Amino acid sequence: MTASGFQELAIAALLVVLAAFIPMLSDGYWLSIAVTAMMYIALSTSWVLFSGPTHYISLASGAFFGVGGYLVATGMSDYDLSFWLMAAAAPVVATILAALIGLATLRLSGVYFVIFTLGLAEMIRNIVSWVQNNFLGSRGLYVLTDFTEAHIYWMLLGITAAVYLLGWFVNRSRIGFALRIIGNDETVARHVGINTATPKVILFMTTGFFAALVGAVIAPRYSYIEPNQVFSPELSFLVVIMALLGGSGRLWGPVVGVIPFTLVWEFVAVQFPNQTTLFIGLVFLLIVYGLPHGVVGRLEQLAASVRERRNA
Amino acid sequence: MRYSGAVLSVRGATKRFGGLVAVDALDFDVAEHQVMGLIGPNGSGKTTMMNLISGALQPTAGSIALKGARISNLPAQEITRRGVGRTFQLVRLLPSMSVLENVIAGAVFGHRHRWGREAEDHAHRMLERVGLEAMAFAPISALTYIDQKRLELARVLAGDPELLLLDEWLAGLNPTELETGIELIHDLRGEGRTIILVEHVMDAIRSLCDNCVVMSSGKKIAEGNPADVLADREVVRAYLGDEDA
Repeated sequence: MTASGFQELAIAALLVVLAAFIPMLSDGYWLSIAVTAMMYIALSTSWVLFSGPTHYISLASGAFFGVGGYLVATGMSDYDLSFWLMAAAAPVVATILAALIGLATLRLSGVYFVIFTLGLAEMIRNIVSWVQNNFLGSRGLYVLTDFTEAHIYWMLLGITAAVYLLGWFVNRSRIGFALRIIGNDETVARHVGINTATPKVILFMTTGFFAALVGAVIAPRYSYIEPNQVFSPELSFLVVIMALLGGSGRLWGPVVGVIPFTLVWEFVAVQFPNQTTLFIGLVFLLIVYGLPHGVVGRLEQLAASVRERRNA
Repeated sequence: MRYSGAVLSVRGATKRFGGLVAVDALDFDVAEHQVMGLIGPNGSGKTTMMNLISGALQPTAGSIALKGARISNLPAQEITRRGVGRTFQLVRLLPSMSVLENVIAGAVFGHRHRWGREAEDHAHRMLERVGLEAMAFAPISALTYIDQKRLELARVLAGDPELLLLDEWLAGLNPTELETGIELIHDLRGEGRTIILVEHVMDAIRSLCDNCVVMSSGKKIAEGNPADVLADREVVRAYLGDEDA
């Protein structure tokens, strides 16, 4: 297990190095798609850190992402603070927010947790919009930096690598093992001595931290930011769908889901701009009926049956 | 009755669910190295009593102490860490994990903390202990019913409990399996473990228990050694009704 663990880490490192060269190959259309894909890889992978082992489907990614983008925008636009300061502060704020949400939702499971996180994200969006429109004057905020698409891409790649490395360690630690037990049976988890609240809240905070960091780093790409747009609930759904499409059982599952999804999404958004929601719905149906454990889960299933046939 | 030195002392333990009193002011002690049977007809509150001890439920009134320290009102994980291990009436395993990982789960967070190689070795020993070592790397879906029960027991043993709660561990086994099962508990008894057994299999009660507490409608109606208790008029009436008593 240890040997294959290091092998996995080596492959991941190689992929990160290769991915770092993408901006050299293209600086236009394809780079812009690569930035979008990298953003979703970072978001989905950090989502899987918590939701993968525990099976708690969180729809709060949009809220944390929004906190990141909004704080960078409001800090730079209204208070003349530096991008770096705000990009460092935003994840801390999101982590505190995630801790509060985590503690409030400890007793919820299944569909109640899903609905709560969705409702909460909407509430945060409305509160921020309301405060922005009524007290802070300007409706939109400008994020003006010297960053090119390539810079943003490399920052996102760095975040993705960090999330992956952290997840790799978590999977091999007691806290990761505790989360898997919780995901299997929370009653058993308590009866083997796990204080179930602690690992759940810690990993939920981690997810919130990285989603806000991604939101902060991607903000310069949009230049002009409105609370309503940056706290988009659609983003929460896209993160979940891409993670599930790839497979949330493995840390690298989301990568397998994000890349094809982003490519098809770009195509759909250009050719049929009014049918994007329909597309999300179709992919969701495909996951539920055809790929309950994602592409990775299906591949592992096939590999297992091939092994069995060979042994038989 | 020995009060000091008891591993578990239950005093006035009561659990109400709305208007229903599932456990009604129960008192009993379990001494070290003793195997105690908790018996009674269906619905008499045995499993609720187990849930009160393990912390799955909080008592409405009364107190439960482990080696003199109060454990009632502590969360289940804290009670586990203090040395109470339990199996469930309906076997609860971790289906996405291998047999070995299921046992490691019991070794890592419990009474004593183990991790890595140490936890793995310990888990292998526990699997050997219950006779399941050959299945260590199998998925849960490959286990028969008695093997699932063995696995759950191995997980609990991996936590080195000072008090072991077995909730109908022998239920649902066929005659051959039952023999194996009774033998296994007999061995645990031989190791000097302190055990509370909720059981309907009377042969097992007779051959395994030093002491019995009989419950009916939440109340303790008899206590003593199994032979005497099972001959008690009140107990027979509780099980079979008035005509047979």
